Amino acid sequence: MKDVTYYPGCSLHGTAREYDESFRGVSELLGVNLHELEDWTCCGSTSAHCTDEALAVALPVRNLTIAAKYDREMVIPCVACYSRFKAAAEEAKEHPEYLLSPYEGKVSLRYALDFFCDKPMIEDLKSKKIKPLSGLKVACYYGCLAVRPPKLTGVKLYENPDHMDRLMELLGAEAVDWSYKTDCCGASLVMTRTDIVTNLSQKILGMAIEAGADCIVTGCTMCHANLDTRQAGLTVEGEKREIPVFYFTELMGLAMEHKDVKQWLGRHITDPIKLLSNKGLL
Amino acid sequence: MNLNEAPSKTNNSFLEDVIKASNVNIQACYQCQKCSAGCPVVSAMDIMPNQVVRQIQYGRREKVLSSKTIWICASCHTCSVRCPNDIDIAKVMDTLRHISLKSGLKAGEGEIPIFHSVFLDSIKATGRIHELSLILRFKLKTRDFLKDAALGWEMFRRGKIKILPQSFTGGRDIKGIFRAYEKGRGI
Ligand code: SF4
Ligand code: SF4
Repeated sequence: MKDVTYYPGCSLHGTAREYDESFRGVSELLGVNLHELEDWTCCGSTSAHCTDEALAVALPVRNLTIAAKYDREMVIPCVACYSRFKAAAEEAKEHPEYLLSPYEGKVSLRYALDFFCDKPMIEDLKSKKIKPLSGLKVACYYGCLAVRPPKLTGVKLYENPDHMDRLMELLGAEAVDWSYKTDCCGASLVMTRTDIVTNLSQKILGMAIEAGADCIVTGCTMCHANLDTRQAGLTVEGEKREIPVFYFTELMGLAMEHKDVKQWLGRHITDPIKLLSNKGLL
Repeated sequence: MNLNEAPSKTNNSFLEDVIKASNVNIQACYQCQKCSAGCPVVSAMDIMPNQVVRQIQYGRREKVLSSKTIWICASCHTCSVRCPNDIDIAKVMDTLRHISLKSGLKAGEGEIPIFHSVFLDSIKATGRIHELSLILRFKLKTRDFLKDAALGWEMFRRGKIKILPQSFTGGRDIKGIFRAYEKGRGI
C-alpha cells in the first residue's frame, strides 16, 4: 500500500465527478491509499492569478500548510489546480509577505498523470491483469498545463509529449500521432467567450478525427468539459461527426475491469458507451 | 545621449511598472512575432502579443490596459515557452491584468473581469467553488439566463451538478486571505 494525500479541487466534486470516481477507483486497484486533504479550499484557479498575485499564492498555500502536517506526497488530478499549486509553492519562496503564516515548501506535489506514468506505478500496473483495449485508437490530448510551463511541470518533451501515449499503449490501445496534443482549448473563457472555446475545441476534435482516432483522452477537467460539451455542429469534410472524450483514469479503469466503469461513462455528454460496445470493450 | 543606458531608465513609467511587477525583461524583444504566431486566441485579440510588448516599450499605458487582448489571453504559456529571448509573456499578461484592475480604466472585455470577481466572491463565501451557485451569480450579473441552459440540464441529469454547496470550516483562513487582498487593493 502506498499512502498519498489527495487534493480533489472543486471540479472533481462537481462537473468532473467521473474523474474523481475513476481516479479513486484506479488508485484502489493499484494499491494507492488516498487520504483526502481535510478542510481543503479552492486553489483560486484562473480567476485568482488573473486578479492578484498575492491571492494566487495565498489560496493554494493555505492547503499546502495543511498538507505539510503529513509526510506524504500530494497527488492532484486537476491539472489546473496542480499548476496553481506548483506556481504558488515557487512564488511563496520569493514572497513570504503574501502569506498569512510561513510555509516551508516541503510538500511534494504530483499531477495524477505524471504519478501514474512513473516507473513504480507502471510496474504495479504491469503486474495487474489487464483486458487490453484492443482496436481502440486514442488521440492523447495533454492540453496546456500538463506540459507548460516546463520549468514547473518538469516535462521534457513539452512540444510533443508522449507519456500518456505510452500509458495508453500499455493498456493495449493504439495512440495515434497528431499535432494538437498541447494546443489550448480556451479553458475558462468558456463562461464568457463561449464562441472562442467552441472554435478552438472543434479544431482539436476535428484534428483528432482526421488523425484517425476513435476517441480523445485527457487529464484536464477544463479540456474534458470543453471537448465533451462543445460538439454540436462539429463537421469534418462536410460530414456531421462526434468523438467521445475520456479521462485517462477511465480507460485505466476499463482495462483493469473496474466494476463502476459504466457509471463513470454515463456522466459524459458525448456518449462513449456506444463506441466501446461496438469495439467489444464494454 | 548615453547609448549604454538601458531604455527602461528613460522616463517611461509604464514600462518600468510592468518590468518591476513582472520581473520580465521586456526589452529583450526583437519583434520576431513567434509569440503571436503560436497564440491560439490571437484572432480574437485587438493587439497581438508581440504588439503588446512593443506598446509597453512605447509607454502606451491606456491602450494596453484597456485592450481586449489582456483578457482574451487564455494563459496557455505557448508564447512564453517559444520566445527565443525567454520573455515570459504569459506572466506579463497576468501583470497587465493586475495593473488594469487597479487602474480604474474600463476593461476591453467587460464580462471576463466580472466573471473573475464573481468567482473570487464565491471562494470568499464558501471556500470552495460550488459550480451551480457560481453560474447563477454570474448570470445575475450578465442577465444572460438562456446561454447553455439546455447543457446545464443535461449535466444535471447525469449527476454532474450538485444542488447544495458543501460545508467547510476553513472560513477564518479564507477571510484572512481576502482581508489582506482587499486591504492591498484599497477596497
Ligand atoms: S517571441 Fe519574444 S522576441 Fe519574439 S516578438 Fe514575441 S516577445 Fe518579442
Ligand atoms: S499565454 Fe496568452 S498571449 Fe500567450 S499564447 Fe497563450 S493565449 Fe496567447
